[in-house]
Amino acid sequence: MNLNQFRDITRYPSAIAGLIIIFILIGISVYTIFALPYNETVVKWRGGDMVWQDNPRTAPPTWTNYFRSKKLPETLIFRSTDAGIDKQRTPLKDDLTDVYMAFQFDYTADDFPQEIILFFDSTFEQKAPYISLTWITPDGRKINIGDFSIEKTYTRRISQDEKLTKKLDGQPAEIGLFADPNSDVLQPLKGTYTLEVAGLTFEPGSDFDVKTVIYGKVFGLAGTDHLRRDLLLALLWGTPVALAFGLIAAVATSVLTMIIAAAGTWYGGWVDSLIQRITEINMMLPVLPILIMVGVFYSRSLWVILGVVIVLSIFSASIKSYRSIFMQEREAGYIQAAKSYGAGNGRIIFLYLIPRIIPILIPSLVVLIPSFVFLEASLAVLGLGDPLMPTWGKIIDDARTNGALYKGLYYWVLEPSFMLMLTGFSFAMLGFALDRIFNPRLRGM
Amino acid sequence: MSIDVKATPERVQADSDILISVENLHVWFELKKWGFSHVGWVRAVDNVTFQLKRGEAIAIVGESGCGKSSLMKTLLLLNRPHKGSVFFEGQDISNIKGKALKWYRSQVGYVQQDPYGALPPFMPVHRILEEPLIINGVKDKHERDERIRQALQEVALTPVEDFLNKYPHMLSGGQQQRVVIARAMILEPKLLVADEPVSMLDASVRVEILRLLRKLQEEHNLSVMYITHDLSTVRFFSERIFVMYAGKLVEQTHIEELLNNPLHPYTKALLTGTSVPDAANATHLKEVPPGEPPSLVNPPNGCRFHPRCAHAIAGVCDVKEPLHFEPVPGHFVNCWLYEDGRTSFPE
Repeated sequence: MNLNQFRDITRYPSAIAGLIIIFILIGISVYTIFALPYNETVVKWRGGDMVWQDNPRTAPPTWTNYFRSKKLPETLIFRSTDAGIDKQRTPLKDDLTDVYMAFQFDYTADDFPQEIILFFDSTFEQKAPYISLTWITPDGRKINIGDFSIEKTYTRRISQDEKLTKKLDGQPAEIGLFADPNSDVLQPLKGTYTLEVAGLTFEPGSDFDVKTVIYGKVFGLAGTDHLRRDLLLALLWGTPVALAFGLIAAVATSVLTMIIAAAGTWYGGWVDSLIQRITEINMMLPVLPILIMVGVFYSRSLWVILGVVIVLSIFSASIKSYRSIFMQEREAGYIQAAKSYGAGNGRIIFLYLIPRIIPILIPSLVVLIPSFVFLEASLAVLGLGDPLMPTWGKIIDDARTNGALYKGLYYWVLEPSFMLMLTGFSFAMLGFALDRIFNPRLRGM
Repeated sequence: MSIDVKATPERVQADSDILISVENLHVWFELKKWGFSHVGWVRAVDNVTFQLKRGEAIAIVGESGCGKSSLMKTLLLLNRPHKGSVFFEGQDISNIKGKALKWYRSQVGYVQQDPYGALPPFMPVHRILEEPLIINGVKDKHERDERIRQALQEVALTPVEDFLNKYPHMLSGGQQQRVVIARAMILEPKLLVADEPVSMLDASVRVEILRLLRKLQEEHNLSVMYITHDLSTVRFFSERIFVMYAGKLVEQTHIEELLNNPLHPYTKALLTGTSVPDAANATHLKEVPPGEPPSLVNPPNGCRFHPRCAHAIAGVCDVKEPLHFEPVPGHFVNCWLYEDGRTSFPE
């Protein structure tokens, strides 16, 4: 094998495209590993509502708006602590204090928001602050949308307020508050809305802060899932996991298979027979059911599954094909010569037999990588994914169990699938080009 | 290097002169059915005895499948003898292992038939030549480089720098064979085994390679065992010639004697079969013995050549194995025709 052969890659545009994609995937992996540390990610991914409360549920990515005629709203978040918000405190008689703030925003989307929730934080000793909310539409209508007292932390889900729904002609708040009253069809009125939050505190030092979230219907680069989690996190972390799994499995199985085939062929006799029989038995074993059993009964850790995959793939059909090549090579003149000047068995196997097969090994190894990536994804789709790590397969699994396709949430399935296909595609393109470079007989085909 | 030797007085006496001594060598390969049950033996080399002196070149001729390659591989210990012994400098090497084997192999160089196949295609020339040195414990990198350069110079691959980093496929057939010879010589062996070293080369290069081998033999006082089926190349440098047929040595003598006075009917046939560029050859067919060489599993009784021999004596040749006759001093033949003391081939 000649390292110069790698330069021939430049003659295959498909290989260059494949290489570029692979480098991008590697770049993403490196970025992810350093920017989003593993432990934090695992905690965050499994963090639940506290971590993800500001995100909409099952929202497609924001960029899908470019392809929509009706633009979907993005999430709007206002905090009373934000710089532009003027929180007016007016002391009244006794310890009574009037707190007033107004959130003003422009609404330009063609669809209604998903949900409106206010999150309150307050400080008081005995008597809780009393809040009154007023909604002012662009056409000047003032709607009282709730009077209530709050607790120290209090979540007001306006969309689920049945009294308000009645007041808005049976429409839930996120629709009723935004609907254009003069339109025949249900559509949001565009313009500047104001939400006034007025509160009374009854104690000295008592105060409250509020975070208003008007959930949109699109989110971020990758959208969110049913638990409001940002899919981007999982897509990013899926990249190093998939590449590592595919690469380790492919390299380990190829190299071990090659060494075992070479040793078996070289020593011959019972060693060879034993390896052949193990291979034949192993080829009959169903890999997927065994992996499912390991996953169900032993461990679903990605690394345990990886180990089992490697062990099951070592004695694969490629032992047979490598053996047939080694059988020819074993009789080659230079092997005889090496024996005649005293080369030992190990030296002949590693320095004389194996280099001969590397040109065949490299392309097949590259093509093998995505098949292991797909295997990992398949296991995750079957519910045997790693319980901690977010991976592409697990996104698909979540999408499946939550009826994503039935509900029309195509992005949820397509994004991880796209990443999987991109990975497979890039390695396949590179592998096929390498195959042609290393095996010149294929060039004409 | 001490190896336990069952030394006989004669052998000890001959030690200084004789490099290799082959005694009753049998190289048989077992035929098995289903991997274990014995079916028979392939008698590739059957009861061969000869001696090779230091600095002497011998040629072994015979057609394909006559056992000459098996004999050679046994001398390289790539095969082990089934029966009989091989003595190297008086020491029995038939069953040596480990360090002794490694030492013996460093004493024997091997030049193969197909130079391209004999060179690992994935190694550059310097690496190919370095391998035997590394294996045989030349630890100093500088010394290895020095010896590689010297070896390349000896086989006239100069300037050395032009060849050190070339891969075998970048060299011509003749250059490849020179690399093979350099590799065989790099450990400074005492015996060179050349298995049809020129049969795969262009006619124009053959003479140069044979001259090179001759030069190396003379300069290093090498013993050379030259194996060929082509009698026309034999006279270039071998002194004695052995004719082999179906695993047996049938005739041994000096080259001139053999060419002028072939005694065994098979040798006669071989000589007839050798082409000479002569326009007359285009118009008539030569007489060659009919049939094929016999099976080595079930060789014919008596003389193995008798089924193809025009001179076979019924009742003798097909019954008894021929004895070793010396009709002319220094000219040995295994053929019943010479039982009566005649000294030349019957017309």
